[in-house]
Amino acid sequence: MANQSWTHATLALQLLRIDPGLGGICIRARVGPVRDRLMAMVDPDARRLHPAISDEALFGGLDLSATLASGHLVQEQGLLATPGTLILAMAERATTGLAARLAVALDKGKNHTLVALDEGAEPDECLNPKLAERLAFHVDLSDCCLADLTDAVITNKNAIAPRAVTMSGDITAQIARIADNLGIDSMRAPMFAIRTARAHAALNGRGTVIVEDLEIACALTLAHRATRMPEPETGEEPPAPPPDQESQNNTEESFDLPDELLLDAVRALLPDNLLDQLTAQKARAGRGNGTGAAHKGNRRGRPLPSRAGRISDGARIDIIGTLRAAAPWQTIRRNATGRAGLQIRPADIRIKRFEEKSDRLLIFTVDASGSSALTRLAEAKGAVELLLAQAYARRDHVALVAFRGTDAELLLPPTRSLVQTKRRLAGLPGGGGTPLAAGMMTAFEQAIQATRRGLTPTIAILTDGRANIALDGKADRKQAATDAQQIARVLRAHGTDAIVIDTGNRPEPALRNLAQTMDAAYLPLPRADAERLSKSVATALGD
Amino acid sequence: MHPFPFSAIVGQDEMKQAMILTAIDASIGGVLVFGDRGTGKSTAVRALAALLPPIKAIKGCPINSAKAKDVPDWAQVSTKRAQDMPTPVVDLPLGATEDRVTGALDIEKALTKGEKAFQPGLLARANRGYLYIDEVNLLEDHIVDLLLDVAQSGENVVEREGLSIRHPARFVLVGSGNPEEGELRPQLLDRFGLSVEVASPKEIDTRVEVIKRRDAFENDNAAFMLRWQAEDAAIRDRILKARKSLTKLKTPEKTLIDVAELCLALGSDGLRGELTLLKAARAYAAWRDDTALTRAHVREVAPMALRHRLRRDPLDEAGSGTRVARTVEEVLG
Repeated sequence: MANQSWTHATLALQLLRIDPGLGGICIRARVGPVRDRLMAMVDPDARRLHPAISDEALFGGLDLSATLASGHLVQEQGLLATPGTLILAMAERATTGLAARLAVALDKGKNHTLVALDEGAEPDECLNPKLAERLAFHVDLSDCCLADLTDAVITNKNAIAPRAVTMSGDITAQIARIADNLGIDSMRAPMFAIRTARAHAALNGRGTVIVEDLEIACALTLAHRATRMPEPETGEEPPAPPPDQESQNNTEESFDLPDELLLDAVRALLPDNLLDQLTAQKARAGRGNGTGAAHKGNRRGRPLPSRAGRISDGARIDIIGTLRAAAPWQTIRRNATGRAGLQIRPADIRIKRFEEKSDRLLIFTVDASGSSALTRLAEAKGAVELLLAQAYARRDHVALVAFRGTDAELLLPPTRSLVQTKRRLAGLPGGGGTPLAAGMMTAFEQAIQATRRGLTPTIAILTDGRANIALDGKADRKQAATDAQQIARVLRAHGTDAIVIDTGNRPEPALRNLAQTMDAAYLPLPRADAERLSKSVATALGD
Repeated sequence: MHPFPFSAIVGQDEMKQAMILTAIDASIGGVLVFGDRGTGKSTAVRALAALLPPIKAIKGCPINSAKAKDVPDWAQVSTKRAQDMPTPVVDLPLGATEDRVTGALDIEKALTKGEKAFQPGLLARANRGYLYIDEVNLLEDHIVDLLLDVAQSGENVVEREGLSIRHPARFVLVGSGNPEEGELRPQLLDRFGLSVEVASPKEIDTRVEVIKRRDAFENDNAAFMLRWQAEDAAIRDRILKARKSLTKLKTPEKTLIDVAELCLALGSDGLRGELTLLKAARAYAAWRDDTALTRAHVREVAPMALRHRLRRDPLDEAGSGTRVARTVEEVLG
């Protein structure tokens, strides 16, 4: 028996050919014979995109070199100008910006079909959700082996236009209920399901949608979007059927089959690790694709060898490189054109490249409360100083937040000045309560600001974890712990990297929990000298 | 293909109301629509164009001037005749370069004729109309800065490549986006008059209706458009009527105090919030065909006028809309 996901994949490709309005398909598979076989069935005229594609290539623009050469305006057409099949290779690397551009193109209804090849290795490395949302189908071919493959290209001559397929209003309600039952919020999913049902009926030359079409449509479009296991309808009556049901004549097949049947079709396809996947997605919301850290607002970069390229917005020409590339050809070109002087062709152009790396900002959040002051404040200070020296070597930025008494204070806004940081740190007095939540909050605000300026913030919290001052400044141990947990959740949702260093005499379980909540590394340091502290922090930060 | 008709959008009343208000009084300053995927954000914004009454503009003028004397001298417009044209709704695509937004040297003329001519950009075309940015939170920073500057001054200044051009660029910003994918800088947030948050409808009947209408739109387009374009026309007429009655609308002192107290209690930054709230409430009263502004009008539009002006509180998981509603209850009772 043929592998189900293979069958679905081939079927989806055929449906897309019948109705390009379905948007496209996301194929999750590594490069290999299985994917190659499937891609052989895709429209041979399909154009390929890659994640680093420029706007000019997508939307078209002025062809500068051709314009200069010919003396009149030469516009080049973008890939999106004419409808057709687009193949997005390494789709998991597509940035949000590219995803948004493609999404708009799909929305405009110019009959583009997108085949996204998702090669992600990890579960959280996947096609940008914005784009995935606009593609009707998603198949995972990682379980297919060569024996499963069939060349299932049925070209049904009886196929009719999907528009000609009729469908009772009842089906719409049924699909809406199923989508709801699977916890699918977006309205696009049920719309795709209906279109797919129509297209499948059309593919088989049927004028009306029958149960089989519906089953396949639900399996193809709804299963991968499910966010919860469908609840069995125990004893509860399904919502009343729309009143127009009776008025319909019975030329169409009746649709009194229970939703349960269709749900089964979907349930069979739900991945076993659905819940794990969901938590993974939730934990890293907003970050969730494989594009890597954004390189924004960089002020420096290591120059890399220049590379052949085109003159475009933002690219800098490496003049020496260009001349060097053009030099060997000068005699030949001179003979060919009969013109004297330097002759440079577009192919000679070399573009400067820089290696960009986001600057890192270390936000030290130091507990200067009474309990800490007695024990380890001096040690913590020493450790921070050692870390500062390392940060200085890496040209990292450093910010310093201290919390004591009832409030947290930003002692030092992000800076690279080692001297200043040391001086502030040395002057840090101890004593008072432990407003951990307030400290974390201040650090978080700094982190947000830093992200906006293109830095990559990491928060290092040094505390003994005995939070006893709540956010509102009241001494309430319980509320203080709750507040800290809540901010930890916010930090995690924001995706800020963090590390928690327990400076207490004994490891504090509450602090370990807190670190877990914010997905941070936890370092208990009972009896450690400053050097060991600094070493372990450096390891945890992954230097 | 025509966009999906505005009146055929099921539910999403707050979003529709906000768009109607800004159509009644353009000085409210545009709408920002934030919400999840698949909630009909883009559909609604694209449908807005059909609601807007036509404007009078000089034929062929690149900046849609109303009077012949306002036509810039760099534009070679020979006629002085004004004609009706649809209110411009200009799409600012994400990949737009700075040149395309502000306008730049007309390269064709420069290359072929050796002339230095100005080719107007999207900002010129959007003058007296709407500038729509889908995925506004993903816009490149330098384009955002440029927009902020122009939105503030109402004038687009191009000083480059030996050109020195300035032309009016007064437009209403309409943006949409998904907050999960990136946040908007507070400076840009503040430029939007109203903001709404949309979510997928939860009731199964509404969801069914949404799907049915979309299906009809796709498969029975002609009949569907015929039915809903009439509804759109009715809304448009009502907008025109509201624009007229807006001038006669009275604003009692009492309501002014309500507005000020509300903004003070919420701690919204700057006076812009108060002004917008007042304007939105007046537009709402005009839309409802009421003769005087009352507390009820203020209460109705307060969330959309103020929710994006609060300082963000990362601990408040309920969202700022709830905070506004709570404060409205406290202050206005």
